[in-house]
Amino acid sequence: MSFINYASREINCKIVYYGPGLCGKTTNLQFVYQKTSPDAKGKMISLATETERTLFFDFLPLALGEIRGFKTRFHLYTVPGQVFYDASRKLILKGVDGVVFVADSQEERLDANIESMENLKVNLEEQGYQLDKLPFVIQYNKRDLPNVTSMEELRSLLNPNNVPEYEACATTGEGVFETLKAVAKLILMELKKGGAGGGAMG
Amino acid sequence: MSSSHSSTFVMYDEELRKINMVSEKLLREANAKVIFLVDKNGQLITSVGETEHLDTTSLASLTAGNIAATGGLAKLIGEKEFSILFHEGEKDNIHISIVGGRVILVVIFDTRSSLGLVRLRVKKASDDYGQIFEDLAKKAAQEDKDGVPSPFAEITDDDIDNLFS
Repeated sequence: MSFINYASREINCKIVYYGPGLCGKTTNLQFVYQKTSPDAKGKMISLATETERTLFFDFLPLALGEIRGFKTRFHLYTVPGQVFYDASRKLILKGVDGVVFVADSQEERLDANIESMENLKVNLEEQGYQLDKLPFVIQYNKRDLPNVTSMEELRSLLNPNNVPEYEACATTGEGVFETLKAVAKLILMELKKGGAGGGAMG
Repeated sequence: MSSSHSSTFVMYDEELRKINMVSEKLLREANAKVIFLVDKNGQLITSVGETEHLDTTSLASLTAGNIAATGGLAKLIGEKEFSILFHEGEKDNIHISIVGGRVILVVIFDTRSSLGLVRLRVKKASDDYGQIFEDLAKKAAQEDKDGVPSPFAEITDDDIDNLFS
């Protein structure tokens, strides 16, 4: 649910990075953080375990500039990918405006990707959302590794609706901004459709 | 109140002014340092008080995460929600409550005040906030019904592309 503030002329949107454990969600945010100028970003917050696994969420606020006199702010969140953190994942999806699914391209993670995608659908439905009606893009991460599943197979298993998709290597940053830009664009297009009011909260 | 994904939370000048008036009053009467309001999704609505050295964006996001996590806990034990949270520090304390069922009110205070005073004043201010947010929701719903065009109705692909250039 985006937040249009006529008083401060700001628009705030929430993007959630979803995907199986260790697929590179946090790495995506870290790369965005590193490559964004200091005046366009806030502090990146990572609520992580001692072994740097995401425990609750990562958070990165970004200011992208003005559109029609409104400052656009995107709040990027990641969910904890590990299966047993499902309760936390549900909470983070609340009020989401757009979703990025980060798939791990490695062969041995194929099942984990499919399971995580199903989990995303179930958790969204619980909140009254439908994935195919939300701004949604898929990123196939770790394309640089030797043991990857073919794009054809990933596509047929994870992207039956042909949403925008990007190959990426989040550690080097390849595809990271393309993915972010695509989901931000879909969210803004969605806003374009909506009315000025809407007003529904909570 | 629907929670469909297309819904948007809107804030107007007039309501923001009213909200800030309630906040200023609460700040004074509760002897607090900072007061801010956050929507349940973690977006800062407004803040008053000594905010210069505070990262209010991060505070807003973590507060919402905090409320969401304790809300999850509440449901697990059969409660609807925990409407008040209190974090006690060595010097500063944080009092978090839900107003109007949908907005999070955060009061930061130190030894110049007390939990009892803050609770009392927050309770009083909550009704005022609740009324404003109710009016705000009605106003936004009416504008939606009247078909007032979104300020973003006219955006073009170029506008969007320019954001990333």
